[in-house]
This record gives sequence, C-alpha cells and structure tokens, in this order.
Amino acid sequence: MTAVESTAQEDLRDTHLDDAELHARLTRTWRTGASLLARLSSVDHKVIGRRYIITALLFLCLGGLSAMVMRIQLAQPEAKLLGPDVYNQLFTMHGTTMMFLFAVPVMEAFGVYLVPLMVGTRNIAFPRLNAFSYWIYLFGGIFLWVSFVLKIGPDAGWFAYVPLSGPEYSPGKRVDVWAQMITFTEVSALAVSVEIIVTVFKQRAPGMTLDRIPLFVWSMLVTSFLILFAMPAVMVASTMLILDRLVGTHFFNVAEGGDSLLWQHLFWFFGHPEVYIIFIPATGMVSSIIAAFARRPVFGHLPLILALIAVGFLSFGLWVHHMFVTGLPQLGASFFTASSMLIAVPNGIQIFCWLATVWDGRPIYKTPLLFVLGFIAIFVIGGLSGVMVASVPIDAQVHDTYFVVAHFHYVLIGGAVFPLLGAVYFWFPKITGRMMNEKLGRWNFWLAFIGFNIAFFPMHILGLQGMPRRVYTYLPEMGWGPLNLLSTAGAIVLFASFVVLLVNVLLSAARGAPAGDNPWDAGTLEWATTSPPAPYNFPRIPFVTHREPLWDNRESLPVVTGLSVDAREVLAGTVTESFPQLRESSPQPSIWPLLAAISVAAAFLVSIFTPWAVVWGSIPVAITLTGWFWPKGTPEDEE
Amino acid sequence: MRFSLKSPAAVLILCLLGGCSGAQSALDPGGPQAQHLARLFWIFTGVCTVVWVAVMLVLLASLVRRTPARPDPLRLDARSERRSLAVVGGAVFATLLTIIALTALSYLSQRQLFARERPAVTIKVTGQQWWWDVRYESDAPDRTVTTANEIYIPVGRPVTVKLAATDLIHSFWVPSLFGKQDLIPGQDNEIQFTASRPGVYRGQCAEFCGWQHAHMGLVVVALPANEFQNWLTAQAAPAAEPEDAERKRGAEIFAAKACIMCHTVRGTSAGSRVGPDLTHFGSRKTIASATLPMSRGNIAAWIVDPQGIKPGVNMPNVSIASNELDPLVSYLAGLR
Repeated sequence: MTAVESTAQEDLRDTHLDDAELHARLTRTWRTGASLLARLSSVDHKVIGRRYIITALLFLCLGGLSAMVMRIQLAQPEAKLLGPDVYNQLFTMHGTTMMFLFAVPVMEAFGVYLVPLMVGTRNIAFPRLNAFSYWIYLFGGIFLWVSFVLKIGPDAGWFAYVPLSGPEYSPGKRVDVWAQMITFTEVSALAVSVEIIVTVFKQRAPGMTLDRIPLFVWSMLVTSFLILFAMPAVMVASTMLILDRLVGTHFFNVAEGGDSLLWQHLFWFFGHPEVYIIFIPATGMVSSIIAAFARRPVFGHLPLILALIAVGFLSFGLWVHHMFVTGLPQLGASFFTASSMLIAVPNGIQIFCWLATVWDGRPIYKTPLLFVLGFIAIFVIGGLSGVMVASVPIDAQVHDTYFVVAHFHYVLIGGAVFPLLGAVYFWFPKITGRMMNEKLGRWNFWLAFIGFNIAFFPMHILGLQGMPRRVYTYLPEMGWGPLNLLSTAGAIVLFASFVVLLVNVLLSAARGAPAGDNPWDAGTLEWATTSPPAPYNFPRIPFVTHREPLWDNRESLPVVTGLSVDAREVLAGTVTESFPQLRESSPQPSIWPLLAAISVAAAFLVSIFTPWAVVWGSIPVAITLTGWFWPKGTPEDEE
Repeated sequence: MRFSLKSPAAVLILCLLGGCSGAQSALDPGGPQAQHLARLFWIFTGVCTVVWVAVMLVLLASLVRRTPARPDPLRLDARSERRSLAVVGGAVFATLLTIIALTALSYLSQRQLFARERPAVTIKVTGQQWWWDVRYESDAPDRTVTTANEIYIPVGRPVTVKLAATDLIHSFWVPSLFGKQDLIPGQDNEIQFTASRPGVYRGQCAEFCGWQHAHMGLVVVALPANEFQNWLTAQAAPAAEPEDAERKRGAEIFAAKACIMCHTVRGTSAGSRVGPDLTHFGSRKTIASATLPMSRGNIAAWIVDPQGIKPGVNMPNVSIASNELDPLVSYLAGLR
C-alpha cells in the first residue's frame, strides 16, 4: 500500500485522522439519510438486516396465529369452527409461511446483519443485491398473505404434491399463488447466499485466516452453499408445476407420460437440505451463545466446522426418506435409511462438543443460555425420533402421522426457534443498544419450554394411535380427543411465551438499560464496535490475531488503516489467509433495487394469469436493471 | 425443569397403561407384521430413551458441577482439554456403533416384513376421492367380488393387497395390521399381511388428498376361514329382489333419481362405476367410508345431506321428497 501515500489531497484516508474527525467523515460517507427516498434507497446491511429480522418475525406471528386457529379446531373431535376448505388453506399457509417466509429468511437476516460485523468489514458484498433480495422477499410474503385474505390462499399443503396440486384437482389460482411465492423466496434466498459467500471469502478483516472465522460465520457459509445447491431443485419443480398449470405441459400428468413421483423427488431434494438450511445457522447461534456464557471458547472448533460441512453434504443424500411408503425398491430404500441415520454422527459431534464446553466452562444463567440449554433437551429428542423415522419399517407406521408432526417440530422449534430466541436476547443489545429485560426473558423461556413440550409431546402418541396429518377433524370414537385437548392447552402456553417476547422487545427497545459495546464480554468482532453499530461498522478495520479477538486483545484491538473516508471502500483479501489485496469500492445507496424488485414482482404476479407477462414484464425489468447498473464514473478498485 | 418434564412423563405413563390401544393403534397389533413393527418401535424407543437420559444427565452434571470462575476465558487447562477430547471421541464412536446396529436391525426387519408368501386372497384396492373401491380377484368371473370401504379377510392366512389410484395419491393404512403404502396413479404397489385374530381393524387414508382426507376411513374385518368363504359367496351373488312393496318402491326411486348415475347394484339396471358398489350395502358396518355407523337413521342422514356430513364429497345433495325417503332407506338397508 505504498502507492497510497502519494495520492492527491482529496483522497483522504483514515490513517492520520483523530477519532472525532474520523467518525464525522465516515458517518457522512456511509449513513442512510432520513428522508423516505433515502430510507428506501439504503444499502446498509444493518438497516436491511433489521428490516429482514422484523419482517420475518411478523411472518412468524402470522404463522403462529394460523397454528393456533388449527389447534383450537383440533381440540375436540368433529369441531365445527373450521371446514375443510379453510383448514386446508391454514395448514398450507402455516407450513409455507414458517418454512419460506420465517425460518429461512430469519436465519439469512441474522447472517445479513451479523456476518459483515463478525468478519470486520464495512458492508456486505453486493449491497444493492441485498436490498433487492429484501424487497423481493417482502413482496413475495405480502403476495401470499393478501391472496389468503382474498380467499385464494393455497390449499394443497406446503409440499404441494401433484396430482392434487395439478390443473385437474386444484383449479383456480390457489396453487399458482403458492408456486409463484416459491419463486420470490428462491430469488431472494439465492441472492443472500451469494452475498454471504463472497463476504466471507473476500471481505474478512486482515488476519482472519480460515481457522479464525467464527463458528456462526462458518454456519452461514455452509448454509449459503446449501441454498445454492438445493434451491435450484425446487425452482425447477415449481416452474414445471406452473407450466403444467398455465400452458398445459405434462411434466406431472401420468395420462400423458408424466410422472407424479418426479415432483416428490425434486421437492424433497430441496426439502431435506431445507431443514439443514434452517438448522445449521441455529448451530452457529448456539456456538456463539455457549462461548459467551460458558466463559470459554467452544470446545472442538475444528470438529464442529467439519461436522457442519459433513451435515451439509449428507443432507443432500437423505431426501428419499420422505418417500419410504411410495413403493420404492426395498434395498434402495434401505440405503437412505443408512444415510439418514449417519447424519446423527456429525450432529452428535456438535452436541458432544457443546456439552464438553459447558462441562469445562462456568455457565452464567442468562436468558440466551437458558434457550440454548432448552435447545439441547428438545433437539436431542427430535434427533432421536429422527433416527426412528429413518428406519423404513418404523416409518411405514409413523409416516404422515402426528408422530412426524411431533418429530419435526421438536427438530425445528427445538433445533432452530429456541436458538433463535436465544439469539434475539443475545444480539438485541448490539442491534438496539439496549438490554432486554431478564425477568421477562425467564418467563419467556419457561413458558416456551413448558408450553412446547405439552403441545408437541402428546403428538408422538397420537401418531402411534393412528392419527394422520393434515386432517381437519376426527371422529369422536377414535379416542384422540383428550391428547388433542392437552396439546392445544400447551399450544396456548407456547403462544403466551411469544406474547411475553413481544412485550419484552417493545419495552426493552423503548426503555431497556443501555448496553454498552460488549455487555456479555463476548469474544467476537461484532462486540468491538458500538451498540448499535455506526453506519460504517468499524472506525478502522480490525486486525485479527485470534479466533476470539476481543478476549485475546483485552486493552485495544490492533487495526489496519489506509481506507478512504470520503468514498465507500471495503478491504478485499485472499480467500484462505485474508491477506489484503484491494481497496474495493462499495456501492452507494440507490433506489433502483427497489424499482427492479417492483418490476420483477409485477412480472411474477401477472404471469400466473397469462404467460404474456413474461414477455411484456421483461421490459420494465430490463429498464430498472439498466438503471441499476448504469456506470457512475466512480474510480474503480485500487491495489 | 422438574415441572416441565412432568407432563410428558405423565402422558407417557398414560400411554403405557393402555392409552396406546384405541380404534386404530400401531401399538395394538392384530397380526405378525404389526407385531413385528411394534416390537421394532419399542426397541428403537428404548435405545433412544437411554441416549436422551444419558445426554440430559451429562448436561445436568455439567451445570451443577463446581468450576472456578474464569476471568480469562482463553486460559484452558491442557489436561482437561485432552480428557474432554477422549470423552467426546468415545461418545462419537459409541454413536457410530449405535447407528450401525440400528441400521442393521432396521434392514433385517425390513427384509422380513416385506417377504412374500403365496397369498390366500388377493384384493385390489383403488383409492378415489374419498372412498376405497375393493375388488376380490379370481380366475372365475362369477367369483370376482366388488365392494367398497370394507375388506374382509380370512384369519391366519396371508392376504395380498394391490394398491392403485385413479385420481390422486392416497395411502392405505391399517395400523394394527401393517404399515402404510401409497396408492399412486400410474404405479402398482402391493403389500401383504396377516391378521392373527378375528376382529374389526380400522384404517384411514394417510396421504393428504383434499377436502375429505379426514373422512376417508376403511374397515378390515378378519373372519375364520369358513365364515370368510361364506361371506365371499354371499357377496358374489347379485342383489336380491325386493321382497315387499315398500322396498320395491324404494328400488324404483333409486332407479329414477340421480343415485343410478353413479352407483352399481348388481342384478339391476344400476351399473355406473363412479361411486361405490351398493350391491350388498346393507351388510356393511359403516357408511361414507367408515364415517358413520350403519343404521337406518344414518343412511337417511347421508342421503339427505351428504354435503353437510362430508363437505365437498362427490355425492351431491339430491332432492328426495319426504315420503320417498323411507322406502329408499328400506331398499338400501335391505341390500344385504
């Protein structure tokens, strides 16, 4: 960087400025303006990450409300609260919302917010793409729920099996709404994956070798690769479904040489990795929280990373266990039993490493840790019932029953939502600058833990007693009434825990105690900056000497200097050693990503009514993309 | 922790005390295959419970254990790290062994379960929205029997059920006899099972198939071999002529109304295959795919308001005058 010294006066660097001057100038360069247009144009990963998190939690609320209505309907046999039409829409909306509009986006949201902070850079890679991905996600979610309100909510399940979802058995626009919503979330998820992969590979702070990348960042990296390889399968499948429905192709039409099982293969080739797309980031959250509250680095850093990667690979080899009762060849099916059970090994490695961390550490019982301990208790049950359903013979009994409903709620709520709630309590001080209320936090945890188990454990037994999934009611003589009533009671308690969370978030955001930079005395870089972080993240880019930089450098963090303060610049480095290579310019705010998202959304939306939308809709898309990429004449990257 | 574990534990105990029986329980086996499945389930449950309890004990021990405060989180004791590594390594190895053992166990029972014998009876079940068409195959055409939603089988003899679907995917599941298997358009699936004691076993569609998926039940009746043969002979016969005036009038109403557009009553002019075969309707135990018990009142209710009982069902509300209902019900109830 010797050439840097000789550049002209106006190219001001952060090298020789004092802190106040540096803060003022960097803020001017990186801030998001206050006007509406400026807000809509923001490309700050923290602004977008915050929007993402709030939006995903609102969808959690809608998904949860739909679950509550279903639980009330099922509390007693032959209840008349809902008919099959509304019930089928509700369970479709519940599954679709929770998987596509809550679970995956909320994990990506935390990644968008935290990864750039954790790797010590000023913004995420491709910030405008990031803005675009948020708008597309938002429009997709609104599209789905407005359709539901207009009584054209999808009703063929979140898995939309053909022929039920095909043109013959689902006339009207309901399934098109579902399939097109998939397109929205695919686009948004793929965009975020690309941003995170590039941020992690190229924008890490100097000194952050592969070996020093925090576990949460590793988990987001593995998840991003999973999205990259899994999403295309469902993209192909949903496009074929739309084509069958809209222009009369016969991909899934048995009568014309199509195949109804093809859908299941494609859907689950995506659908199983999907579970790990949700779970793997949660493991990163668990590792972050355990390290901070057990007061030591997580035991087995390297085995944990290898376990994450192993889970990622194995997750693509399990999809057939969703199809054990479709009449597959027996030997073939049993291979998938073996691979499904094998994934218990890397997941076991993770659990054992966390236990070893807690064992050796000195746990501090704050709310985030409570949620992690609850996670271990619940998730292990879900993992073990997963071993059971991996067996072809056992699955023949429990497949598509409430046993499976219990199993995957133990895995997804236990494995992802509990760590997520822990993460909310853990990072809320960083995001808002205020602490959450600890007393309400404890209420939140215990209500959630007790309510969850009462709601979902009885479902194991209901499934074994023969209760199938996706039934809007059941006959009194089946004897399923008492356990269903108990389950509904538990669901109400679980719901109450989320009300407590909401109250806590609102109260704490308004009146919580000031957090300071590092309230938990944690070790990773996001805690090095102010709470909430300044628009430029770090006044000077940190130099990383350890996996837990803040524990290694108690007095002050070493930094590198030389970035411009008057132009948006980030430091780009080598993939493995993170040796600085470039001062890469980072894009200015722009309204074009929003306009592009609007035109793409319009094209998607109208195309469920006429294929011509693809033709005419491409014109505004082309115009907005041209506006987006129009050369600005700003200086390019410098060595 | 104490309180929260109480309720699942209580539920579990409830289950062990007989809550696992019930109308269609997988843990209340009625034949060797279901018995085998239940045993495999309990073995897996036992192993998994041991693992969970072990993990919880270690977790609790690590929480109550007294460790010194950690002013410097980075100062780790090399000896305790090595010990942790050994323990974690051992646990991973134990996991691997358990997984291999369970996989082997699963595969062996899978082979045993799906082994085939020469069947005593072969039945073709075709799933439709939302009922089951049941045909007993035979080389002699006059021994080919068609019925619906009820499957009679001989006790102690292997029964093969061929599964097909004409509209969309359903799943055939009678938990007390065997695990489920899908009925898929364009694909032929087959299962074989045996009932070891006489009785009535309820089953239900297990693959979501639209509005009335919840009310797509069926009944399997296992009878001693000679009684089964008598039943089959009776079912092969065409419907008996109505013996009294009221039933005669009922038959006329049946033929004049929309009923005849969809249903078959062998031996009469009603021959449509859209809905269930009603030739021996009165001999069945249930109505509307095991949704209502067979009774005159329920037949009347079903005829008058099928859309109220099973919203969306393909049977329309047919206008029947009040003086026509009784004869029609008598006619149908008498189709024994």
